[in-house]
Amino acid sequence: MNCIIIDDEATARAIISQLCAEEPNATVLEEFPNAIQAIKFLNQNEVDLIFLDIHMPDFTGFDFIETIKNPPKTILTTSDPNFAIQAFEYDCIVDYLVKPITEERFKKAISKAESSSLPLSNPYVSEDEKTSEKVEGKSGNDLYVNIDRRLIKIDIPSIYLVEAKGDYIFIKTENKNYTVHSTLKKMEEKLPDSLFLKVHRSYIINTKKIIDIEDNSVLIKKDVIPVSRSNRPELMKRLNLL
Amino acid sequence: MEEPNLSYVYNMSGGNKEFEQKLIGIMKTEFPEEKKEYFENIAAGNFSEVAKNVHKLKHKIIILGLEKSYALAARYEDNLLKDSVEGKEDFEAVLQNMTKFLDSL
Repeated sequence: MNCIIIDDEATARAIISQLCAEEPNATVLEEFPNAIQAIKFLNQNEVDLIFLDIHMPDFTGFDFIETIKNPPKTILTTSDPNFAIQAFEYDCIVDYLVKPITEERFKKAISKAESSSLPLSNPYVSEDEKTSEKVEGKSGNDLYVNIDRRLIKIDIPSIYLVEAKGDYIFIKTENKNYTVHSTLKKMEEKLPDSLFLKVHRSYIINTKKIIDIEDNSVLIKKDVIPVSRSNRPELMKRLNLL
Repeated sequence: MEEPNLSYVYNMSGGNKEFEQKLIGIMKTEFPEEKKEYFENIAAGNFSEVAKNVHKLKHKIIILGLEKSYALAARYEDNLLKDSVEGKEDFEAVLQNMTKFLDSL
């Protein structure tokens, strides 16, 4: 696998480079102290795997992923374990390594990257197309809702639940909740199918945020949401079942 | 105050002395730069930037085996994000401890 390392810390780059040197199937093509330089490199070179730091000045690891169309397999490297949940929102991320990286854990991540079903690809990068591929089909990353005559922007992937309540819908996100005068049907039309599913006549859920499923209900954050019998087969189809 | 060590570096190198020297060399160059940036941002009262500096320095703290200091730095980082400098003196003592150790290598 042709790899690149993106990390603003030289110490971290040296460690990852050394770990790659021990792996017969991993060749480090280049190291970058920031994501902008890496984008230019990706435009001109075939890269199979990226080791990507999340915390970088100006342009974070997540910003970087969202800038690339068809990103290669990516292993996130960070000192902060709190981004693990967010990482699972991106199909290209095959593993998440918390620094300091150990040799054993690194080997496991390489093994995951090798066995991942994502194709080894040559990404086409366009700085103009800054919309995440997963959500670009319907409405981009943002949704504007009218609350008290103000248009409030909501980051779509951060929504984990939408509930119908009479003439209103209740939108729950990672950071804030919103009550909007609208219908669940209109909301369904605005949300990407790849992330959201109507599981009940009163509920749309973000399937990436599911914690567990029991009989006819799903647990999302602290909310237990009913799943109607007719919607259950589609929900089960969406899951990566073992 | 706990003592820094190079256990992680030795584990990572697998006996490769060249790599050990390279990594130590990088840390000896990079650490003073990061420390300088930290103190500049502290002086400017730019706490969100200071939090980023602390976040980055945490990696070197743990590389040098300073587990308690790492936990202390993590708490300080959280405080900075809430515009509080609680833990500043303890964190700066950690930096002093690391400086002394890296200078001795």
